[in-house]
Amino acid sequence: MVVINSGNDVVWRRRTTKKQIGIWLGWLVGISIVLFAWSVISEKTVWFFVQDAPRQAADIGSRMIPPKWSYITKLLVPVWDTLNIATLGTIIAMTIAVPVAFCAARNTTPHNSVRAIALFIIVSSRSVNSLIWALMLVFILGPGVLAGTIAIGLRSIGFCAKLLYESIEEIDESQVEAVKATGASNIQQMTYGILPQVLPTIAGVGIYRWDINIRESTILGLVGAGGIGLQLNGSINTLAWTQVSTILLVILVTVFISEWVSAKVRGAII
Amino acid sequence: MSSLSDKQERHYPTVWDKPPFISNNLLRWGIILGAIIYLIAAIASMEINPQRLMEGIPRGQRFIASFFPPNFADNRGVVWDGILESIWMAIISTVAGIALSVPIGLGAARNLAPFWVYITCRFIIAGSRTFPEIILAIFAVKLFGFGPFAGFIALSLGTIGFFAKLLAEDIENSSESQAEAVKATGANWFQWINYAIQPQVMPRMIGLSVYRLDINFRESAVVGIVGGGGIGATLNTAFSRYEFDTAAAILLIIILIVMVLEYASSYLRKWVQ
Repeated sequence: MVVINSGNDVVWRRRTTKKQIGIWLGWLVGISIVLFAWSVISEKTVWFFVQDAPRQAADIGSRMIPPKWSYITKLLVPVWDTLNIATLGTIIAMTIAVPVAFCAARNTTPHNSVRAIALFIIVSSRSVNSLIWALMLVFILGPGVLAGTIAIGLRSIGFCAKLLYESIEEIDESQVEAVKATGASNIQQMTYGILPQVLPTIAGVGIYRWDINIRESTILGLVGAGGIGLQLNGSINTLAWTQVSTILLVILVTVFISEWVSAKVRGAII
Repeated sequence: MSSLSDKQERHYPTVWDKPPFISNNLLRWGIILGAIIYLIAAIASMEINPQRLMEGIPRGQRFIASFFPPNFADNRGVVWDGILESIWMAIISTVAGIALSVPIGLGAARNLAPFWVYITCRFIIAGSRTFPEIILAIFAVKLFGFGPFAGFIALSLGTIGFFAKLLAEDIENSSESQAEAVKATGANWFQWINYAIQPQVMPRMIGLSVYRLDINFRESAVVGIVGGGGIGATLNTAFSRYEFDTAAAILLIIILIVMVLEYASSYLRKWVQ
């Protein structure tokens, strides 16, 4: 905040002139980057198709109504598969994520080199999308629910381990010291000093990720990894739009229920 | 009195047991039993074919071996183009998504908006959050044709659900007294938003927008699989042409860029706060 005396007037300003110019320059650079990005994207766009989009949208929209309700009976098994992919995938992820998190946390890691490996596992699992994991696993395991489950598991390790190791680093050290003072070994310190402090986080993170995984597992079928995405892909490819709208509604309801369950359980734990 | 203390003495435990995570016995055993039944049912319905799995092991070994060494040299031009396209797509869709999110986020904050605006905005957010970017991308490709424009639309719509929701929650948690102080000076609605609400939520929003840029870049790697352009299209082509060494190179580049973005976002968040 500066006050500038210009002649007889005293003018209040929030920033100094130098700072203000700096901010304007920042905006200039930012806007030029965005405009450049836009020009690149628009160069690769066929604008005729874009102009056609509202008509297309109206067309597809009219074909989607009314949803084909009788199709729901055929969706029960895919929904069950989707739930299994999400749940078992989360269980796989959590069993791997907990030890990885303990290796990645600064205060519990056995060695710095172990920590570096753990951090690399976390980043690579997070940066590769579950659909890409599924794409690779379908090559190895063949199409089916198993590939989807492992894909979800591999993808979730990074997310869970990251949140867990951050919470392990924030624990109250005095409790660990109190346990240590009783003559507890390293393992005992971990189970009685650290684990009780992070147990609510472990449960909370697991359920939060389960909720996300339900959403992610709805699309794994696109590459053949099981779940409701298989039906969605098939219906879109055969232009069965009434089935597509039914599937989308089923996904909507499933996601809403899982979100509600997750919020309730997390509310009860934390 | 004496009989009670006798009883207590007799039952006084000499060994300490860790109290269970769920203290209610019935609930605890109920959950454990339910979980076991569910697990058996779920694993039974997975149709694991052991023969297929055994066949898959040597195939998997060959598959993983064909990833090494990652091939950065061949297809260099295509990969570079794809990466750049993804970066531009991520930037523009983050900017557009945030521009759309701000009015929706303001509308979805209960302390700013009237009830019907609140409900409408919350409904938009819920819709955008429910469907993964891929499903949005499938429809965008149907409507706008193949290419990065469809990916841009899908990622922008996906950004709304994330950013508007967090913005609305942040506004709802912001301090009432500052808002009241600015209102007391006779500020109009825009001044009120700009001087009372905006400074309170801005630092967190800057951090979140960098985080969302990171997410959009990662997602741009998959919208290409359904025809939405970007590095995903290149990656998908590499897979379909069995050029796994190129695919490995692309995955490594993605991981590297995400690491850099993550580092940058944590640095920026520290600097802003």
